[in-house]
Amino acid sequence: MYLSLSDRPASAANRARGRTARPRVARLVVTLGVVSLLTDISSESVSAILPLYLTSVVGLSTVAYGFVDGLYQGVSALVRIAGGWVADKSGRPQQVALAGYGLSMLARVALLFAGGVASISTVISADRIGKGLRTAPRDSMITAASDPAHLGRSFGVHRALDTVGAAIGPLLAFLILWGIPDGYHTVLVVSLGFAVLGVVVLGLFVPRDAGGVRRHEPLHWREALTRPMLRLLLVAGFLALLTVGDGFVYLALLNSTDAAAQWFPVLYVGTNIVYLALAVPLGRLADRVGRTRVLVLGHLPLAGAYLAACVATGLPGALAALGLLGTFYACTDGVLAAVAARTVPDELRTSGIACAQTVVALARMGASIGFGVLWFAIGPQQALVLVAGGLALAVGAGAVVLRIGPSRQQDAT
Amino acid sequence: MTTRQRLLVLLVVILVVATGSTAYALAELRRSRDLSSRPPSVPTATQSALTGPRLVFRHTGLDQEYGVVAEVPLSDPGGARTFTGLSCDRVDATATAASCLRTKRGVVTTFQQLDLDADWKQVGQEGLPGIPSRTRLSADGTLAASTSFVAGHSYMTAGFSTATEIHQVGGGRSYGNLEGFALYLHGKRSTPSDRNIWGVTFAPDDDTFYVTVATGGATYLARGDLAKRTLTTIADKVECPSLSPDGTRIAFKEKVDHANGTWWTPAVLDLATMSRTVLTGETRNVDDQIAWLDDDTLLYGLARADEAGVTDVWSLDAKVAAKPQLYVEQAWSPAVIR
Repeated sequence: MYLSLSDRPASAANRARGRTARPRVARLVVTLGVVSLLTDISSESVSAILPLYLTSVVGLSTVAYGFVDGLYQGVSALVRIAGGWVADKSGRPQQVALAGYGLSMLARVALLFAGGVASISTVISADRIGKGLRTAPRDSMITAASDPAHLGRSFGVHRALDTVGAAIGPLLAFLILWGIPDGYHTVLVVSLGFAVLGVVVLGLFVPRDAGGVRRHEPLHWREALTRPMLRLLLVAGFLALLTVGDGFVYLALLNSTDAAAQWFPVLYVGTNIVYLALAVPLGRLADRVGRTRVLVLGHLPLAGAYLAACVATGLPGALAALGLLGTFYACTDGVLAAVAARTVPDELRTSGIACAQTVVALARMGASIGFGVLWFAIGPQQALVLVAGGLALAVGAGAVVLRIGPSRQQDAT
Repeated sequence: MTTRQRLLVLLVVILVVATGSTAYALAELRRSRDLSSRPPSVPTATQSALTGPRLVFRHTGLDQEYGVVAEVPLSDPGGARTFTGLSCDRVDATATAASCLRTKRGVVTTFQQLDLDADWKQVGQEGLPGIPSRTRLSADGTLAASTSFVAGHSYMTAGFSTATEIHQVGGGRSYGNLEGFALYLHGKRSTPSDRNIWGVTFAPDDDTFYVTVATGGATYLARGDLAKRTLTTIADKVECPSLSPDGTRIAFKEKVDHANGTWWTPAVLDLATMSRTVLTGETRNVDDQIAWLDDDTLLYGLARADEAGVTDVWSLDAKVAAKPQLYVEQAWSPAVIR
């Protein structure tokens, strides 16, 4: 008997039901998707203008901002675990999520009045802490509201809505600045409006007990570290160590095609469009063929993106790299939460999700730092090829550890 | 609460948010319209172009000419300014050429560097990977350098870095990103991954240049060689170097300890003796690449504390206790054509 990750439909009956009459996506999942959409409109409209606003209006040195930005990515990852633990301990993920969304909303208010390096970095860190707090409880509520057989699809729907918000935000900021050339404050005010709407929808339409689990005994951290969870952390963490920042892929494209400089700021849009388009189909595929399998094999498109970025010449190569990068996100982002949620006891679900997301986030930060060294030591092309090769090997090793090879059919029981 | 009541509350919140932000946007739109139809509050000249010794700069008065490059004669810097019609975030100019860094707003904002001839006609264009920071031409106007900030988008967490490149004006040879040059740190070949390079200033031979290199939290002054593609550090703690017209000294901003965090004070380094003079007569935070008005006087821009977006150009004698003087008001990015 193999105790592999129980991320697949438990019974044949379940699967049959899934194939014939697909149940609707739970209303709560859509509601949480709308909350994320509104919040992403808010945060991405600000992100789009923040560097320009800080340098041209506030007069802040971008050097200072870049440093602060990197620092708080780390803080956000650690806060996430705390958020998950509190959500499980209290049995109230909705309230922890509400606190996270609320904190980011308050940060939007403060941003209107912040004027110096210190105040702006405080505001930005508050926003990041809010993001760290809310992510795992939200994913926990998505899991609780979903039919386990269709969890991948639920996360796909949520992430697609989330990405729509991320696309609308910069567009909205552009429209405002198009009408009002120096209308940075208007963007901030409108952004605050969307943040308020997100918090209100969450507070009004997501029940206070959503995702809560009744428990009889005190919780212990250790119980979250089940064997399947440890195996997931090992594999996902190891793969994340070979997941260097997207920025490097964009920089490689910038290096390999001379005329690409003016496209540099729009490259992430291409990635987002592909992510948006594939989030639901790949979530469904994960439900059908096994979520762990899609999670691990989903790193192959990433390896492909690295290869495409260093052999890319002109538009086709660039498009291939962006498409593969978007596919990677669609295979892994929501699916990781879906897999993590099913590897721990229900009453520790939020902690489990937070733990997996934190390990992956920290490993990726480490990967980016280490890769930076490699980038200069052996050259961009060579470094990317090396990492792509490493990823391919790691995917193979991961498939063995998680037992998701072709013989998976026999392992199911 | 029943679902009906919840929907009602949501509706009220939507109305309040929509009304509030629309009202704010309309007020801002009105303010912005007023601004873009307001004539400059400083004297303006009507002649088409200025010749002879002059100062080229970015006009920053909150009016219809905001961001437009303007010129004043060096003989009367406070006098009427002539507008070129070209909008730039940063500008440098010589008697024969000009370099302009500008922001092109769009759904996704992009950035450009323009090469221009003596009549402000475009003769070359390059995309920039990020927000414009510094630009400099060689004295004869044949080489152009640009520095931009490549700020990480939240989805791409490679973090912050600068991109500095040099090319021949008018679409000639590009020397590419200076991070591709061989770096010699304290005389030893070095390949730190965190290196950032910014703020080029050219020597008259069109081969040597000076630039700031940062790595491991420290900044260095490096001497660059275009033909050999090398950067060699020659001093510590020098940011945004600017070579004096006689080629003997380098003006720069030196980071100093200050209660308010990052703080830069103008300073001058003598290249023959390597002795440095910190110009403590200037007590404000100077975040600009300094320009030389003549062999004894520095020019730099400072933001007004009480008026967002408005800046002034100040002059400072290159002496220890010299006090700064207002040189041209509502101006930024000064470039001297001698």
